[in-house]
Amino acid sequence: MKILVAVKRVVDYNVKVRVKSDHSGIDIANVKMSMNPFDEIAIEEAVRLKEAGVASEIVVVSAGPTPCQETLRTALAIGADKAILVETDIELQPLAVAKLLKAICDQEQAQLILLGKQAIDDDSNQTGQMLASLMDIPQGTFASKVLVENGKVNVTREVDGGLETIALTLPAVITTDLRLNEPRYVTLPNIMKAKKKPLEIVKPEELGVDIAPRLKTLRVDEPPKRAAGIMVANVAELVEKLKNEAKVI
Amino acid sequence: MSALVIAEHNNLFLNAATLHTITAAVQCGGDVDVLIAGNAADAVATEASKIVGVHKVIHIDASDLGDQLAEPLAAQILAIANQYSHILAPATASGKNVMPRVAAKLDVAQISDITKIVSSDTFERPIYAGNAIATVQSIDPIKVITVRTTSFDPVRVSGGSAEITKLAPVSSPGKSDFISRDLNQSERPELAGAKIIVSGGRGLGSGEAYQELVLPLADKLGAALGASRAAVDAGYVPNDYQVGQTGKIVAPDLYIAIGISGAIQHLAGMKGSKVIVAINKDPDAPIFSVADYGLVADLFTAVPELTKAIT
Repeated sequence: MKILVAVKRVVDYNVKVRVKSDHSGIDIANVKMSMNPFDEIAIEEAVRLKEAGVASEIVVVSAGPTPCQETLRTALAIGADKAILVETDIELQPLAVAKLLKAICDQEQAQLILLGKQAIDDDSNQTGQMLASLMDIPQGTFASKVLVENGKVNVTREVDGGLETIALTLPAVITTDLRLNEPRYVTLPNIMKAKKKPLEIVKPEELGVDIAPRLKTLRVDEPPKRAAGIMVANVAELVEKLKNEAKVI
Repeated sequence: MSALVIAEHNNLFLNAATLHTITAAVQCGGDVDVLIAGNAADAVATEASKIVGVHKVIHIDASDLGDQLAEPLAAQILAIANQYSHILAPATASGKNVMPRVAAKLDVAQISDITKIVSSDTFERPIYAGNAIATVQSIDPIKVITVRTTSFDPVRVSGGSAEITKLAPVSSPGKSDFISRDLNQSERPELAGAKIIVSGGRGLGSGEAYQELVLPLADKLGAALGASRAAVDAGYVPNDYQVGQTGKIVAPDLYIAIGISGAIQHLAGMKGSKVIVAINKDPDAPIFSVADYGLVADLFTAVPELTKAIT
């Protein structure tokens, strides 16, 4: 079985982002970039399925500017076999990414498609579901457990209030949640090996996909700041404040 | 211009998240219809018809709609989608699951997790875990939207008298099956709508400490229970306790953070709370930067003391 994994290059999760002074967006010049953490979980899951003998090949795909190659190399170092970059400098929104991924999926004929449940930059939480929809295949979002057997995949999902398990006919799209697995550390020998693995580059035009943005960002602002609070000396003072000043208890 | 709200329910009752979403739909301008897609969900349709501000309730009943699976639910929404300028659902696990499927088939963008409606085509939404607010304008003919429920007040649940239209279900793909559900049963208020939340973090050191310290305080206050991602990852509490960027977004009147350092992704989930109390032994913990009342103390003595002091 072939698995396709989609990964996104995002501002590293440890970076405290800053809004540009002209309010046109986030300042990402000279900021550390990394693989979206949820996508790292998706790659890890694919590699575990391969190690377990369920999967035979893992293709990793990213879409965006040239430096996304680094993100793909990281995925190859974790254990993917082959990488594809859909290269473009145009701002990509989830619908456009889903269409690009569909074009790649049509070529690759993967049985299982894994993606992170959301990217930590735009927090959209859309691409996996959109891809499943465009391909007319079922989806298992927010997965905390994945079990492939008999041409089906059972997905345990993190839902409001607990967990839910569904069974999907293959091919299917799965989006990964935090507790699905803990991604391995990439070792130096694997980084070296990853450099020799194939990385193919295609352009959106070659895939015949219209990637024009549908949402226009008019401005980006800092969130409203909370007024500075106070430190209380002890529990008695805290209770007094909550009762008489905040009046919440 | 008219809006369709996808109701969230369990075939017996409406989920409160729907009431907040209707408020957002009303603000988009135009009539608001509510879709109840379920299995033997007549009671829910009746309940929805009484909500103030609802123009029409559309009720679709089918056996495969009972578990709100994304594939059959999206098919029903798509069958009527073209009659609307706006289609909204709460940004809950269910709304986030189904709405992008609808948007993709309509070939429109989805606007996720909106916190404000600026005009019928322009919305505010948080990005980067709430560290920035983007104002976005949609150029698509149909706006598919998920709504951050804590940013909109609920509508009144009685006084309305909308007509109920029953529609026949369209056939759906049948590529997914519901197997089981394992929901945490609790007498406590739900995290998403609670007035008071007591939340525990890594500082507690163990699940036992969570039970011994956080629970009694929550009992005294009639509060819901929350936790940081670190506490969930460490196995102190179940995953659905998690408050944060990728957990639940909450905005209670009072949020008490116990032994939570305040990672960016946790703050993203709770900094909309009216009053925040932080108890932590580390005076430099980032949680104090958003707290209205901070107490630097050993939580193992301070929390029992607080529980005792509350009458």
